Amino acid sequence: MKRSIHFRWLLVFTLCVSMFLVLPVVMSIMAGLTKNYFVGLSSGLTLDWVIKVWSEYHRSIVLSVGIALACLMCTLLLGIPAAYVLFKRSNAWTRTAEELLMMPVALPGIATALALITMYGAVGEFRSHWSFILVGHVLFTLPFMVRSVLAVMHSIELNILEEGARSLGASFRQRFFQVVLPNCAPGILAGSLMVLTLSMGEFNMTLLLHTPFTQTLPVGLADAYASLRIEVASAYTVIFFFILIPLLVAMQASKRLTQSKTN
Amino acid sequence: MPTNAPNESRNSGAHISLRQCSKSYRANRVLQPLDLDIRAGETLVLLGPSGCGKTTTLRIIAGLDTPDAGGAVLFDGQNVTAVPIERRNVGMVFQSYALFPNMNVGDNVKYGLRVRGYAPAEAHSRAQQMLAMMRIEELASRRIDQLSGGQRQRVALARALAPQPRVLLLDEPLAALDARLRDTLRVEIDRLLRSLGITAIYVTHDQSEAMALGDRIAVMEKGVVAQIGTPEDIYFRPSNAFVSDFVGTMNTILHNGARYLFRPEDIELVDRSSAQFSGTVVQRQFLGDHVQLAIAIDGNQEQRPVTARADSRTAPPLNASVGLTLRPSH
Repeated sequence: MKRSIHFRWLLVFTLCVSMFLVLPVVMSIMAGLTKNYFVGLSSGLTLDWVIKVWSEYHRSIVLSVGIALACLMCTLLLGIPAAYVLFKRSNAWTRTAEELLMMPVALPGIATALALITMYGAVGEFRSHWSFILVGHVLFTLPFMVRSVLAVMHSIELNILEEGARSLGASFRQRFFQVVLPNCAPGILAGSLMVLTLSMGEFNMTLLLHTPFTQTLPVGLADAYASLRIEVASAYTVIFFFILIPLLVAMQASKRLTQSKTN
Repeated sequence: MPTNAPNESRNSGAHISLRQCSKSYRANRVLQPLDLDIRAGETLVLLGPSGCGKTTTLRIIAGLDTPDAGGAVLFDGQNVTAVPIERRNVGMVFQSYALFPNMNVGDNVKYGLRVRGYAPAEAHSRAQQMLAMMRIEELASRRIDQLSGGQRQRVALARALAPQPRVLLLDEPLAALDARLRDTLRVEIDRLLRSLGITAIYVTHDQSEAMALGDRIAVMEKGVVAQIGTPEDIYFRPSNAFVSDFVGTMNTILHNGARYLFRPEDIELVDRSSAQFSGTVVQRQFLGDHVQLAIAIDGNQEQRPVTARADSRTAPPLNASVGLTLRPSH
């Protein structure tokens, strides 16, 4: 009995906190789908705002997806070999390198962005090209890929698996592609989803790095809230949501997959 | 027990020599310069406590570690010191199995053949042969995480033997298994090693495993081989106190200026009147098939009580006065 009272209190508390967090999201989505936010739901539901956002901002949305995918490619190509080297050569140098790799996460995004602009802002067309934003995103997301892959490498005792493969006569190439990569797949998957999500939503750094021609989705969203009707900005949020939610769900699923694999 | 071993060419094993192989990590020398000869087809057990250098020795033979400058590893007289493990044609079995979780049992066993470029059909039939030899044909399509520890080690053995290595290296293969399974698999490995005629090096800290499997045993201590010889040599003629203690219990009685060294099974409990020594039972442990006694010997200047074995049904009670006589030594 005592326990059930305790349980009820916890339930009420949890629900309150959840409401506090979820309500603004629901309100925002509703605002994007109602005809007139100030009149309220009675004004009726519409997709007009969403369509308007798409027609005005689709370049930002496409650019964001493009940058996220390019960023994923870069972090895969850089992050997996980096994690492998950090795993194989565990010494003072590689540990320092691992810490340094985390720097862009520890520093405020604005600081990293300013550093990039000061250093490369004057280099030809680079500043106005979307790859300038890409560089910032790769800096920021790379540690998440490396950490994620590194964690799996440790948990599956990759060094012993590799010694097993070597004893069977496998060359470096063979064991890297047939043993290392397949067995690190859960970590690579989790890292990939993380990178996509972070790159899609990155605002801090991108706000400084972007130009009028390279506006990404979150920057566009801020712009919409600052300059347009609340319904348009909210409709923008709806689109953002529908891109991010599947990524987040997939991320949770892959986490479960990793845990069941390693247990 | 019938032998299902396929037509392996017998005595296909290599003769292995280590010449002045030492190993240091920074200033710490874990293996003192070692000369060792392992005859073709022989099973040599490296026995010792953890940190004695037995695994390092195995890894040097395998090619996973290189000896310090000046050391050499020879397979059939050919210097392979600089040859990495991938090209030494050795089979290796690990304590943690090291099976690939991304492949099923059959693909694990086939892996060594696949990287050697065997035709799929040939690899398949060879893998089937290996699984049959280990009596696990029915597991071929199982995932690794669906196997028990004993099954995993059988798969690991099948996988290591599939490419017909000249040397089989086993690093504490039974240490992760429970006692009953360990006994079963020990018998199986013994049968396998005898029927294949492969040169095998077996690392363990378990003296009964070493006795059961080794043609010869090298007892190691602090990076040095303390004694190398047949199990009988090691047990009955230990070269020093470390060896005699490590491979079983060794009792000492110092009596009237004479020193007696003997194993528990060399003691016969007899009537006090006709006994060589007399003493008191100070500890008694019932172990089912026998009773282990600690007996304080009267007039023994060595303080440690001697360990003796007695029949479960007729063993004297605690605090009893007993007489004991040493069986004439071998």
